[in-house]
Amino acid sequence: MGGAGAPLPAVSAPVVEVAGLTKVFGRTLALDGVDLSVARGEVVALLGPNGAGKTTLLKLLATALKPTAGGGTVLGEDLLNGRDAIRRRIGMISHNHHLYEELTAGENLHFAAVMHGLRASGARIQKALDEVGLGEQGNGKVRTFSTGMKRRLVIGKMLLFDPDLLFLDEPHNTLDQAAITLLNGYVAAVRARGGAAIVATHNLSRAYDMADRFILMHDGAVTYRTEKSGLLAERLRELYTRHAENGEDGLDASREPRAASHEARGASREASR
Amino acid sequence: MMTEVLRRTWAMTWKDVTVELRARERVTAMLFFAALVLFIFNFALGPDRDRLAEVAPGLLWLAFLFTGMLGLGRSFQAERENECFEELLLTPGDRESIYFGKLAGNVLFMCMAEAMILPLFGILYNLDIWRHIPALALIAFLGTVGFSTIGTLLAAMTAHLRAREVMLPLLLLPLTVPVVLGSVRATDAILGGGGLADVSHWVKLLVGFDVVFLVVCPLAFEFVLEE
Repeated sequence: MGGAGAPLPAVSAPVVEVAGLTKVFGRTLALDGVDLSVARGEVVALLGPNGAGKTTLLKLLATALKPTAGGGTVLGEDLLNGRDAIRRRIGMISHNHHLYEELTAGENLHFAAVMHGLRASGARIQKALDEVGLGEQGNGKVRTFSTGMKRRLVIGKMLLFDPDLLFLDEPHNTLDQAAITLLNGYVAAVRARGGAAIVATHNLSRAYDMADRFILMHDGAVTYRTEKSGLLAERLRELYTRHAENGEDGLDASREPRAASHEARGASREASR
Repeated sequence: MMTEVLRRTWAMTWKDVTVELRARERVTAMLFFAALVLFIFNFALGPDRDRLAEVAPGLLWLAFLFTGMLGLGRSFQAERENECFEELLLTPGDRESIYFGKLAGNVLFMCMAEAMILPLFGILYNLDIWRHIPALALIAFLGTVGFSTIGTLLAAMTAHLRAREVMLPLLLLPLTVPVVLGSVRATDAILGGGGLADVSHWVKLLVGFDVVFLVVCPLAFEFVLEE
C-alpha cells in the first residue's frame, strides 16, 4: 500500500518539521511556540490534560487551522502554502467520528472518497468494509451502529485514503477491545510502510502501548520530551504528573534535543503578542 | 479538474438530498411553517378579495422567505453532527464544489416547498394564480437562487455560533433586500394581470443580483472555511 499522492520525503527527511508553532484564539494563547519533528515510521504521542493544546497542535498540522505564528513542513510540503497537497496525504481519526448518521456505511465511504478526490469503486469500498469487519453491514445506516462499529468504519475510511501521516485525537475514547486492536493494528501498518502517526491523548497506558516518543504539554506549551526506549510506564506516569499536569518546564532535562532553536520560540511568542 | 469539481459538487448535493429524504426533518418543518403562515394571515385578513389581492404578493414571499430561512438554518445540521464539518475542511481540492453542492440542495428544497406553497396560496386566498404559474415560477426561481446564494454562505458562517438562529436572519435579510424587493414587485405585477414583458426590468434586476452573488459568494465561502 503506497501513499495516494507524491512519494514520501527521503528516508532521512522528517515527515513533520515545524518550529515556533503558535495559535491565538481571540485573547487566548492556545499554542505557544511549539517545535516538533516526526520521522518516518515513528509514532509520537502528545500527552497532556484537557486544554494543554494537543488538539490545536493536531489541527494546525492537519491544516484545519492556520497558525498565528511559526511554520514548517508536513510531508515535505509547506504548512501554509502546501495545504492542498498535505490534505491529500493525511488522515484524521478523532473522538468525533465524522460520519453522516442517515447514510449507510457504504455511502459514507463513497461520499468521503469522492470528496477526497478518489475514485472508489464498489469493490474497493466493499474491501475496506470487509477489512474492518463491516462487510455484512455495508447497507446499514450508521445511525443504527454501535460506537465501536462507527470507529471501525472510520478506520475503513482511512484504508481508502491510505494516508502517509495519521492524526489521532483521543482515538481510544469509548472503544471496545476489538476496536482498539484494530486501530493499533492499522497504526502499526501505517508505520510499517514508512508513514507516521501523531496521537493526542491523556490515556497514558494506551499511549505507552502505541508510541515511540512522548511529548508532554501543559497550557499550550511543550514541557517535556522523551523517548520510549528504556522508559517504564510508571516513570512516564511520574513525568506526566510533573510536567503535563503541574506544568513544570523540563525541556532542558529532556533527553532529546529540541527540534528548533530557543530564538525561534521567542520570536513566535513576540509575534503572538 | 472540472470533472472533479462537478463530481464533488454532485456528491455534496446527493448527500444532502439523501440525508433529507431519510430524515425528512427540513422539508417537513418548512412546509408546516409555510402552511401555518398562510393559514394565520388568511384568518387575519378575512374574505375581502380586494384587500387580499393587495397584500397577496407580500404574503406569498413572506411564506417563501420564512420557509427558506428555516431551511437554510438547518442546511449545515448534518455537518454539525459528529463534527462532519471538520472532515469537509480536511478534504483536498477546491472549496467551491462544497459551496455549490450545498447551494443546489438549498435551492432544490426551497423550490420543493414553494411548489407546495403556491397552490395552497391560490386555494386559501381564492386567487386565480393558475394561468400565471409559468411567470410566477420563473420569478420564484430567480428570487430563490438569489436568496439561497447569499443564504448558503451565511449559513456556513453562522453554523458554529450558539446564536445562529438569531444571527442568520439578522445578516441575511438586509443583504437580500434587493432580491426580495424585485421578487415582490414582479409577483405583484404578474398577479395584477401583467406578463413577463411587463416585469422585464425586475427580471433583469434579479438575474443581475443572482449573477453577482453567484460570483462573489463562492469566493467568500473559501475564506469563511479556511479562516
